[in-house]
Amino acid sequence: MNYYGVKAIYLHEMDRMRRTLFQSLVSPLISTSLYFIVFGSAIGSRIKEVDGVAYGSFIVPGMIMLTLLTQSISNASFGIYFPKFTGTIYELLAAPISSFEIILGFVGAAATKSLIIGCVIIATAGLFVDLNIAHPLVMMFFLIFTAVTFSLFGFIIGFWADNFEKLQLIPILIITPLVFLGGSFYSINMLPEFWQKVSLFNPVLYLVSGFRWSFYEIADVSIFTSLATMLFILFSCITIISISFAKGYKIKN
Amino acid sequence: MKNFISIVNLSKVYANNFKALDEINLEIEKGEIFALLGPNGAGKSTLINIICGIVTSSAGKILVNNFDIKKEYRKARSLIGIVPQELTLEAFETVWDNVCYSRGLYGKSLNSNYIESLLKELSLWEKRKSKLRELSGGMKRRVLIAKALSHEPTVLFLDEPSASVDVELRKDMWGIVKRLKQKGVTIILTTHYIEEAEEIADRVGIINHGKIIVVDRKDELIKRLGEKKLILELQETINNIPTILQEFNLELSEDKKRITYTYDTKNKRTGITTLLNLMRDEGINLKDMNTEKSSLESIFINLVKGSNNELLRS
Ligand SMILES: Nc1ncnc2c1ncn2[C@@H]1O[C@H](COP(=O)(O)OP(=O)(O)O)[C@@H](O)[C@H]1O
Ligand SMILES: [Mg+2]
Repeated sequence: MNYYGVKAIYLHEMDRMRRTLFQSLVSPLISTSLYFIVFGSAIGSRIKEVDGVAYGSFIVPGMIMLTLLTQSISNASFGIYFPKFTGTIYELLAAPISSFEIILGFVGAAATKSLIIGCVIIATAGLFVDLNIAHPLVMMFFLIFTAVTFSLFGFIIGFWADNFEKLQLIPILIITPLVFLGGSFYSINMLPEFWQKVSLFNPVLYLVSGFRWSFYEIADVSIFTSLATMLFILFSCITIISISFAKGYKIKN
Repeated sequence: MKNFISIVNLSKVYANNFKALDEINLEIEKGEIFALLGPNGAGKSTLINIICGIVTSSAGKILVNNFDIKKEYRKARSLIGIVPQELTLEAFETVWDNVCYSRGLYGKSLNSNYIESLLKELSLWEKRKSKLRELSGGMKRRVLIAKALSHEPTVLFLDEPSASVDVELRKDMWGIVKRLKQKGVTIILTTHYIEEAEEIADRVGIINHGKIIVVDRKDELIKRLGEKKLILELQETINNIPTILQEFNLELSEDKKRITYTYDTKNKRTGITTLLNLMRDEGINLKDMNTEKSSLESIFINLVKGSNNELLRS
């Protein structure tokens, strides 16, 4: 195990975040505040509460999931795409470091970044609304696993993308719609029956539901289904990445 | 001397079916400076990128210090430092951080004293806190060298080290290369400048169209370089060279009309006067004479031309 190599990649990536601390924190903070204003205040004045939870509080877990997913994916995909783009990838290819260790460094850093941002958002949300966390350990589990899983997913995107458009395509085309339609800002009970059924095919629904359960003990689907879905996505990402590495680098000529 | 790197039957076909390397066999000795000389597109970068793990090979085998570069890539790569042809660097990181990062990737703990002496040796110490994008092209090249040496490799690859480099840096670089050699570091550089190969290499390998055409000690090539040919056109044909002239390095042309004398210009006595006197005594009359100089350049050009012709024929 090349411990120093993993550490070097991890710190190198974290350093990039430090240099861009302002952008890294400010944009999620602004969008969170906007969600609070638009959904929390405007809509919340009409919908008093959902399943006994004030609407402003109800949307917090979904909002955190939204940020966590988009941040994890963009951090990790950009992290590995950037050296491919500038050519500095040569160093990673020439170093005595395994694919697994490279992934550990990049995904570890991307997940850490989105966890930091997630925590900042929870703290910010606490300023706007009442938050109580019924199951802190389950909440931490969801937070960490979501960050790691979607950082891995982002790494796969950045690894396969060969231009900037592709890098942005999947997050915009798939992730954002799935998160918005995954019950982040509503309970699926509020939908007509047909759309409730359709929603059940959306994996993000299970994440949001499970995460919300750890806060308020209310959920659209059982917490165990949520946990199983979470692990299933993580396992799928690990499988995809193992297969693509086994088949050989696309980044290597 | 012990072979440090051996390359056996190495071939490379790129994804577009272009054959960049064709059955390369090459041995690099420990502690030598080896220059890989060849025109643009010959396959120099491809060859060293394969040894370093940046490009994958299509066939063949490479051992670095007896470690297979695929099966024992960790051990093989730990020994290698590479300065790439392109100036590829991050933009916003500082020189110091970036050089330490490279060392970390190679699995070594930070050694501030070593990095400090390295940066000082490369005249980068004053710039250690500068961001990489603020540096000039020459300074970037120095940073790439520092990165390649950050983990104290025993073999250093320099891909076109003097491309877009000023005279001062080139001098510095050759200084560093010579000092590294004294420490026992093996150095392999690629170049398409003949003078560069002549200046610092111990051995030279000439590559063209993905094939190694010749590998020889530089002195041997220089010896050929010092050789000159005296071409004597005869008035009448002769059947063979008279015995009295056999001690000279003479060659009779196929049409029996011309004698070529190959001699070393660096010898105190070239023997030309004696030869001409003896020929007069033998009654061989000359119609005309001229001389031809063989330079490494002409050797190089002839070899490359020869291999091009061969390629056309096949
Ligand atoms: N990624 C690639 N895909 C296809 N052909 C390539 C690639 N890289 C290099 N080549 C071709 O391989 C040949 C050798 O290239 P290279 O090793 O860079 O030559 P040199 O370094 O001697 O100038 C060239 O003809 C080049 O066009
Ligand atoms: Mg080249």
